[in-house]
Amino acid sequence: MGTLVLEGLARRYGATVAVERVDLDVQDGELVALLGPSGCGKTTTLRMVAGFVPPSAGRVLIGGRDVTRAAPHGRDTGMVFQSYALFPHMSVGQNVAFGLEMRKVGRAERERRVTEALRLVRLEGLADRLPRQLSGGQQQRVALARALVVNPAVFLLDEPLSNLDAKLRAEVRFEIRALQQRLGLTTLFVTHDQEEALTMADRLVVMDRGRVRQIGNAEALYERPADAFVAGFIGRCNLLRGALESPGRFRAAGGATLPCAPGAAPADSVLALRPERVSVETRGEGLPARLLAVTYLGAQTEYHLDLGGTKLLAIRATPAEDDPRRALAPGDAVTVHWSPAEARLLPALPGDLVEEAA
Amino acid sequence: MRGSRWRRMAFVLVVAGAYGLVLAPVLAVVVISVFAQEIVSFPPEGFTLRWYANAWEKREFARGFVTSLQVAFAASAIGVPLGTAAALAINRGFGRMDGLRGAMNTLLLGPLAVPGVVAGTALYLFYVRAEFWIDDDIKGTTLGLVAAHVLLTIPWTVRLVSASLQGLDRSAEEAAANLGARPLTVFWRVTLPMLRPGVVAACLFSFIQSFENLELTLLLVGPGRVTLPVAMLNYLEFRVDPTLAAVATVQIVLVGALMLITDRFVKLSRVV
Repeated sequence: MGTLVLEGLARRYGATVAVERVDLDVQDGELVALLGPSGCGKTTTLRMVAGFVPPSAGRVLIGGRDVTRAAPHGRDTGMVFQSYALFPHMSVGQNVAFGLEMRKVGRAERERRVTEALRLVRLEGLADRLPRQLSGGQQQRVALARALVVNPAVFLLDEPLSNLDAKLRAEVRFEIRALQQRLGLTTLFVTHDQEEALTMADRLVVMDRGRVRQIGNAEALYERPADAFVAGFIGRCNLLRGALESPGRFRAAGGATLPCAPGAAPADSVLALRPERVSVETRGEGLPARLLAVTYLGAQTEYHLDLGGTKLLAIRATPAEDDPRRALAPGDAVTVHWSPAEARLLPALPGDLVEEAA
Repeated sequence: MRGSRWRRMAFVLVVAGAYGLVLAPVLAVVVISVFAQEIVSFPPEGFTLRWYANAWEKREFARGFVTSLQVAFAASAIGVPLGTAAALAINRGFGRMDGLRGAMNTLLLGPLAVPGVVAGTALYLFYVRAEFWIDDDIKGTTLGLVAAHVLLTIPWTVRLVSASLQGLDRSAEEAAANLGARPLTVFWRVTLPMLRPGVVAACLFSFIQSFENLELTLLLVGPGRVTLPVAMLNYLEFRVDPTLAAVATVQIVLVGALMLITDRFVKLSRVV
């Protein structure tokens, strides 16, 4: 059993379901990201683990101990808040020492551990500053040190990077991950940024409207999405409505008949096809298509295609300068091709965002 | 360009006029306090500090000053903690019972809406009853006066501390709990220090409200236990000379100094 276990955890506000049912087992030293659009229940789930939101049903176990009814101060979690939540009237050193003080750690050891924690986040020498005298990135690191210094059983991060600018975010993302791995921290991480989740997490929990849609590592989610929502949320994806005409042949809503993976189609299914798996040629075998637009993005080029009424997006590595595909322009006729196994039929729940990527 | 310059000048004039209007009575009092003649008239016949000396000699002013200080200190010391507790209850204590929360808020702000004389009369009648029940003096005692002045301090405290509470980042309190602090520790170590500007402002305003109050106090003072504003009114019944202006000037200077000192610790402009 993992260090952090959630069993059927749910939260309802009257008739509104914030979190429907989360089952999760976070292993020792593992970083699990809760990923989803705003309002999907990821923050509520994290706050139930921290003890700020009482669950309507289910259990939270930390290190094998049932803490479902425990107060926040009795849970041994270390949380980093989105707003950092530093104590504005205390110095950086006092902020970091607070948790140790609450645990009745002696003065000498307290000072030693505060110094060490500040060194860990590269803020040595700033212990006497007030939080408001620090930059956003520095405040963020104080919040990290404050949560780390008490050596919590579970480390909780609530969108810790969302208030940083893009450049700093990439840097801190790497730093947090390195720190987490070095210290072997069992971590639950909430984010709405898929890139953040994909680069940092060992496993991801994709949530939407209070429901867990899929749990898996980055590759599993990208290559084998469980449903249309996950396919559309993780990376870019062509999601086409339509119906299975015969095994291996999908009739898209626009009118085109497309090759797809064999197998039975679930009801309300959509065809999911990653744009980078669609090859675009000036001639040769494949389906005829017309170019609607070409977007040059440096390393990659996006081709917006029309396959007899069905729109499709293809993303390819930008061809070399002497390649005839380099000269493609809107209105040109091309042929497109993909391996049928790449075109998956996925279930779509009512209300799932299903839109043509092109 | 010309138009915008005229507009600027008009704006400066309006602002200067508004400040002038607000400050005129204060300035008038200060100026009159050094006029030489007994009956105030323009132009002054000369300037003197004699009225300050006169005020100093009248012991009822000094005694009133001390009584006012005592009452204001005691009323603030009782009213501010009570008001702070009430503000906490109103902002956090009623869960989703917004109706009850609103009613409580209105009730506690009520003393602001009741004219001082009416409240004073009501308290006087209540004290008369209460004296009958407990068989001891209330009206005319410092205790009775302090109890009445606590009523003045509570609405201000509730108002100011509530404003501070609404601007408070609750995640700091959650962070403290997350780090192992029990609810009471969270309050003393995090919530209260973060509310400091509001509480300090509440102390200041409570003190001034109590110190300067006349209407509510008028009926509740007893012989020998007169506050400064009441002492001034009593003096006015017999004489109209600039002595009162001198006393008022001293009071203005004291209150002004108090505000300046407070402003050094918390920026009042941020809370009020």
